[in-house]
Amino acid sequence: MAANEAHVGIKSDTDIVTARSQGRMLATGLGFSSGDTTLIATAISELGRNILSYAGQGEISISAVDGCGRCGILIIASDKGPGIPDVQQALRDGFSTSGGLGLGLPGVRRLMDEFEITSVPKRGTTVKAKKWKL
Amino acid sequence: MEVPILKQGGYLIATVQAALTDADLLQLRRALIERVVQMRSHGVILDLTALDVMDSFASRTMNEIAHMIRLRGAETVIVGIQPDVAFTMVQLGLTLEGVATALDLEEGLKYLNQKFKTARN
Repeated sequence: MAANEAHVGIKSDTDIVTARSQGRMLATGLGFSSGDTTLIATAISELGRNILSYAGQGEISISAVDGCGRCGILIIASDKGPGIPDVQQALRDGFSTSGGLGLGLPGVRRLMDEFEITSVPKRGTTVKAKKWKL
Repeated sequence: MEVPILKQGGYLIATVQAALTDADLLQLRRALIERVVQMRSHGVILDLTALDVMDSFASRTMNEIAHMIRLRGAETVIVGIQPDVAFTMVQLGLTLEGVATALDLEEGLKYLNQKFKTARN
């Protein structure tokens, strides 16, 4: 495995801690500020929890990306869970079906620069989120 | 990793020392409320200086801890939230509404002492 990517299987809450520390390490290595590194680690944490709450298990991949001379980090959270019936609703603040605060997905969208979600009912959900280095 | 809880006079001090899993957070919640009852504590200080990520679950659990302890008649102060963590919490929309916060352990103790001094007078 190259040093600028990490894949963490998410099956339990300890995997969330592993994923966010891997993300923090990668972001620090890429030269992100400590503030951005915390944003990235927190986004990973929210995405990891979404996987556990809704799909039971899945994977988080974190990798370095290049775009127009900028350096960034890409987080991909994927699962083969039930999928999200209404993605727009899931992206609204305060909407939750798991008893949480409903800040997970909309929160991650606010923390990151780019955010993309694809969800197919009964097939699963993939969230891609990027943060560019200033 | 379990969070150690120390007794200091009529107060309890819980100091987070490493990254917490969801299970650790729930364990902390249970242990703190039990100790508050057992020790008849008036105040609890939650020291989060070493906490590097406060996501929605952690934030909700801290809120719950503070409110449960208030229902027992005791007061909670959260101290040591790092600037980066505070910044991220605001971006995420997480607040610790109705929960006292202070800069560090020393200020937290001052806050509790002040609170109980005025309560006694």
